[in-house]
Amino acid sequence: MISQIVIAVTGFAAALLFMYGLKRMSSPATAASGIRVAGSGMLAAVLASFLYCFNVEPAAKPHLFVNLGLAIAALAIGGAIAWWSGKTVKMTAMPQMVAIYNGMGGGAAGAIAAVELFGNRASGDIQLVVTLFGALIGAISFSGSLIAWAKLDRILKEPLQFRGQQILNVVIVVAILAVGGSIVVAMSGGPHLLSIPGLICVFFGCALLFGILMTVPIGGADMPVVISIYNACTGIAVGLEGYVLQNPALMIAGMVVGAAGTLLTVLMAKAMNRTIFSVLFKHFGADKKRKRGAIIGSEKPVEASDAAIDMRYAKSVIIVPGYGLAVSQGQQKLYDFVKLLVAAGVSVKFAIHPVAGRMPGQMDVLLAEAGVPYDMIFQLADINDQFETTDVTLVIGANDVVNPAARSDKSSPIYGMPILNADKAKKVYVVKRGQGKGYSGVVNGLFYANNCFMVYGDAAAVLGKMIEAVKGLGSAAA
Amino acid sequence: MTVNVFAGAYIFMLAAFAGWVIIGNVPAILHTPLMSGSNFVHGIVVVGGIFVLLNATNALEQTIGFVAVVLGAGNAAGGYAVTVRMLEMFKSSGEKPHHARRRRAVRHPSKA
Repeated sequence: MISQIVIAVTGFAAALLFMYGLKRMSSPATAASGIRVAGSGMLAAVLASFLYCFNVEPAAKPHLFVNLGLAIAALAIGGAIAWWSGKTVKMTAMPQMVAIYNGMGGGAAGAIAAVELFGNRASGDIQLVVTLFGALIGAISFSGSLIAWAKLDRILKEPLQFRGQQILNVVIVVAILAVGGSIVVAMSGGPHLLSIPGLICVFFGCALLFGILMTVPIGGADMPVVISIYNACTGIAVGLEGYVLQNPALMIAGMVVGAAGTLLTVLMAKAMNRTIFSVLFKHFGADKKRKRGAIIGSEKPVEASDAAIDMRYAKSVIIVPGYGLAVSQGQQKLYDFVKLLVAAGVSVKFAIHPVAGRMPGQMDVLLAEAGVPYDMIFQLADINDQFETTDVTLVIGANDVVNPAARSDKSSPIYGMPILNADKAKKVYVVKRGQGKGYSGVVNGLFYANNCFMVYGDAAAVLGKMIEAVKGLGSAAA
Repeated sequence: MTVNVFAGAYIFMLAAFAGWVIIGNVPAILHTPLMSGSNFVHGIVVVGGIFVLLNATNALEQTIGFVAVVLGAGNAAGGYAVTVRMLEMFKSSGEKPHHARRRRAVRHPSKA
């Protein structure tokens, strides 16, 4: 009895701490303490959950010691591996890791539902339907997140699209509904074609397959939105299984994340001027037979040192970082270069597009890692008017987020996406690995513009040369 | 503790509003840590996994329950680890982050 009260009180405290923690995460000044608050709630809830030992079902009593051992082992294995990988992963690989951890949560919710279904534990049809929905969403989130991880990690490179894909998806949805319906009928004593465990296996099989098929045709540029959708899905699945297990802490935590993740998805999709529907069903860059037509002029390469010296004598510089910077791990060198410019009296600002990198805000995190104070970092809406009065824009490893086609070319797949007006500065330098296209596969007219000059090379290597060039000036003057 | 269908619906509705309002105030600069932080929060699913595993009555349930706890624990532990790492990097220009100073000292030993 006491153990039940302790579990209930801890669950309440955990739900409270999660919400308070998320609230504190809404400001950079208190964010680090916010995650610790939420973490303490999690720790308390997990420790208290072992008190369930005192209240197991009679049928499970003989297995209690084995089950307890398994639980401790599972907690240690899963926790240790994820903790270690989370502590050691490179900052650039962060989106993949979030996708994996999110998939694990969805898988856990699906597995809980599987135990409830195989054991026929649901009391009543409503609980059964809720269990099935939780199982469905959790399983989709699990397989979908793993595909998202594989895409971000470049294991799967090209979006996989084939004829009849949409029809196949519809067929699978119908199959899922039919199998789910027959599970409900079968469990309430009605007729059924397959055995009940067989039906459950088919149900999970279809759900996992659907998660895979939903994700494979989606291009890399839309992956942030996809991860965010699955994050919300896992939250909802956890909330639904929380109802099945009669655990309010799971219900609240799951649904808070479900709503928060949905809002975050909407914000992200809005930043890319895409609807969630079009991300999922009208695949980005599906129309590949586009003409290069409208582009006039040529790419004008310059030396890194020339660009650096030009910036050293400019009044104002705005830097637009992108994923290329992250890939080359050049953020530290970039900040070293910026410090040299600032010391020389140049006004330097960073402009961050909402979807720069592979995840919204990923660039903010990378710059923060290098030690760039967050008051030097500006978001699109706050800085976009300032490009016109700026001497130099330095674009490093970004492409699609500065593509003027988004403003003017109605046939472009990125038409309508808000972009940083990098091209409106008096001069633009673009640091880029080669003459390739951006992640979306769209040609960038900016690179051919009269005021634009290209510095080819790995971002970190180019920044190294730029630092040397500016330092060289300093010693020559002294 | 029992939660009937309507109490459940109320809990879901209020929790959804709470999540919507809390996240609505987050600046874009924190979107990635926030996604990671909310990812950590649904790691609470591990508690459900432990409950199911402790009540398992046969080898099949034990196996699936074990998988549920491994995955749930991974979600919680990994989510926490990456979120803390990200958030510790955010400093205003007034503060000097420790790790950046240390790294610079290693890179330019002559100036240290």
